Amino acid sequence: MTDLLNVRNLKIGAHVVPPQGKPFDIEIVHGVSFDLAKGRVLGLIGESGAGKSTIGLSALAYGRGGVEITGGEVSINGRDILKGSVGDLRKLRGHEVTYVSQSAAASFNPSKRLMDQVVETCVRHKLCSRSEAEARAVTLFEKLGLPDPKNIGSRYPHQVSGGQLQRVMTAMALCPQPDLVIFDEPTTALDVTTQIDVLAAIKDAIHDTGVAALYITHDLAVVAQVSDEIMVLQHGNTVEHGETDQIINRPKEDYTRALVSVRSIEHEEKAPTDAPVLKIENICARYPGLSADVVKNIDVELHAGQTLAVVGESGSGKSTLARVITGLLPPHTGQVIFDGRPLSAELAVRTKEDLRELQMIYQMADVAMNPRQTVAGIIGRPLEFYFGLKGAARDKRVNELLEEIELGPEFRDRYPAELSGGQKQRVCIARALAAKPKLIICDEVTSALDPLVADGILKLLLNLQKIEGVSFLFITHDLATVKAISDSIAVMYQGEVVRYGAKSKVLAPPFDDYTDLLLSSVPEMKLGWLEDVLAHRKMESAGN
Amino acid sequence: MSRIPTSALIGLVFTSAYFLAALFAPLIAPYELGAIVGDVWEPMSSEHWLGTDGIGRDLLSRMIHGGRTTIFVASAATILSFTLGSTLALTAVVVGGWVDMLLSRFIDLIMSIPTLIFSLVVLSVVPVTLPVLILVMGLLDTTRVYRLARAVAQDVNVMDYVEAARLRGEGTRWIVFREILPNTLSPLVAELGLRFIFMVLFVSTLSFLGLGIQPPAADWGGIVKENKEGIVYGIPAALVPAFAIASLAISVNLVADWVLSRTTSLKGGR
Repeated sequence: MTDLLNVRNLKIGAHVVPPQGKPFDIEIVHGVSFDLAKGRVLGLIGESGAGKSTIGLSALAYGRGGVEITGGEVSINGRDILKGSVGDLRKLRGHEVTYVSQSAAASFNPSKRLMDQVVETCVRHKLCSRSEAEARAVTLFEKLGLPDPKNIGSRYPHQVSGGQLQRVMTAMALCPQPDLVIFDEPTTALDVTTQIDVLAAIKDAIHDTGVAALYITHDLAVVAQVSDEIMVLQHGNTVEHGETDQIINRPKEDYTRALVSVRSIEHEEKAPTDAPVLKIENICARYPGLSADVVKNIDVELHAGQTLAVVGESGSGKSTLARVITGLLPPHTGQVIFDGRPLSAELAVRTKEDLRELQMIYQMADVAMNPRQTVAGIIGRPLEFYFGLKGAARDKRVNELLEEIELGPEFRDRYPAELSGGQKQRVCIARALAAKPKLIICDEVTSALDPLVADGILKLLLNLQKIEGVSFLFITHDLATVKAISDSIAVMYQGEVVRYGAKSKVLAPPFDDYTDLLLSSVPEMKLGWLEDVLAHRKMESAGN
Repeated sequence: MSRIPTSALIGLVFTSAYFLAALFAPLIAPYELGAIVGDVWEPMSSEHWLGTDGIGRDLLSRMIHGGRTTIFVASAATILSFTLGSTLALTAVVVGGWVDMLLSRFIDLIMSIPTLIFSLVVLSVVPVTLPVLILVMGLLDTTRVYRLARAVAQDVNVMDYVEAARLRGEGTRWIVFREILPNTLSPLVAELGLRFIFMVLFVSTLSFLGLGIQPPAADWGGIVKENKEGIVYGIPAALVPAFAIASLAISVNLVADWVLSRTTSLKGGR
């Protein structure tokens, strides 16, 4: 057998103990099979709950959080590892198979130097001497493009950036010279501009060391760049498994086709009107106790029934801008003009009418709803608070709103914990709509959602805009979302708007440096995209 | 109503037995509170189930009557401290700023004085009546509840749904009682069980020291005091109230645990 990894009819289950009622067993993965040859990269892709991480970890014969492998075979180098003893597993883990997790920041021990953690497995497994392991680590640091590879190992985890930490973790996984590395969403938590570098580093390292890899992610465009073959998973079943080229360009199954064509919402840009609903004039704001402005000289406007997208990486000040508009953070200069009248800077002195007309939807729908209130209570409160609706009138309006967000009245009595991520976000949208606002601020509303679910939410928002004529201020770091829904765009970088205008103008050359970097970093559903971008960037920097 | 676990059932049975006995004490107790019905320190018998005390009163009757006083005082003081403590704490957190600062530092000031000494001083100055006793105990314990509730509420106060309520323009009262309080209940309920028992011990301690319930009225601490000389002669009368306090403590906390597991469920388990 030449295959490195054979998985046959893998079944994985979990024992669920609900707070009330009897414990029961569920099956998460229902008989998945695949093979992986030496030096090949297999991408596992699916939405959250599809079982992709669970399947990935089975190559370590490991089940996380009460999850158990209940049937099937997993063999590595011809040995069935599920039958192995604890001692056999210990030899396997960290030597033949290693693991790179999603959140590097949470996976490193903050009190130990990076080098100690990188070489730990080699030394523990007695694969080589410590000095040899350190030499290997330095070579890997260099290969992964880390700055100052000789000395970076003596730093602590908090002294390097998130993208660098993710690369150090990759070095840690490659240091024992394993046969197989499992990458579990290694770039999901990173900004797009950082993601592309990490992605390129990982790809080169895989290529140079000739290691085989399982690459787990929910982003098909990312996995298309690094993997040789792709397996699409849904609800613990294999939907489709094939060469990357075939999956991306000639998908056979409907589900795969939906994944490939996600983010293809068409949206016609609307022309600006005479009277903007929101006008931000020369806003500067800082947090109390800080001496530097977090947002500087912001000047943008938003027209009725349109969408202004505010884009930028984390830390660019886009959420702070939202706090200024809502009155949570009064600016020290400038003013916000809402529907022709200046808004008071302080939340406490705004009129109820101002508050009603300006609503907000949050990124994490989980914490944006009181877990102790039912859906009807959450949506009904603004109705009661702003319009004095009570009893049957209120119930009727709640049902209408539930219909509008495509959920239906059967959701009335559910608690937030009984809803899925997409449903939660829909309820939050209904709560904002209940106030009949003129403007809704959407703060990264789709970032925490799976691509298909996010697509549904965006379509819903566009539809609601058409019906209700509401304007959206859409804060996001995802340029695909921006392209899909915006009429005008403001690109933010380090607290300033570096580019602003109608969508067609902002997204058309000539670009400023930052917008160019941002735009070119968004993964495209195209083979060889990563190489093209990197080659292009190299050429440009050579030209300068 | 789903199935009640065994531990909670045991807790419920014992707790309700104690509370029912307290409620219907005059009907249940075989003898009057102060009636001398036998010899000094008689052993357990069919006539006197727990024997008699130092001056020949029926111990079981005194335990039942005393339990009524103890449980009533402890419950009233606990209710007072929780209502006041959590309301003040949540208001301090929601309003914030100097209100929070002033209240918290004042509470710190009170907490820096040892509770027992503080109460001894107060109770030796004012006449010891039931309302005074409840008020003193309740107010002193408010500081502890305030500290806990404030810490928990601060975590809840920064949640997006509280911010959403603020942006909607909700008043302090709605935010305190509808948004924050329901989400701080779990730790508060856990603390309630514990605090109630501390109150039972506190009132018993005060009575033992002679500053709590005054004779001829009885309470568990007083019964220990009256019978403490018996221990030297191997008479177990003083240990009976101790056993009662211990079993009440365990059963109340079994119930509190069960309520806790129900309130922590976010899937409509109420």
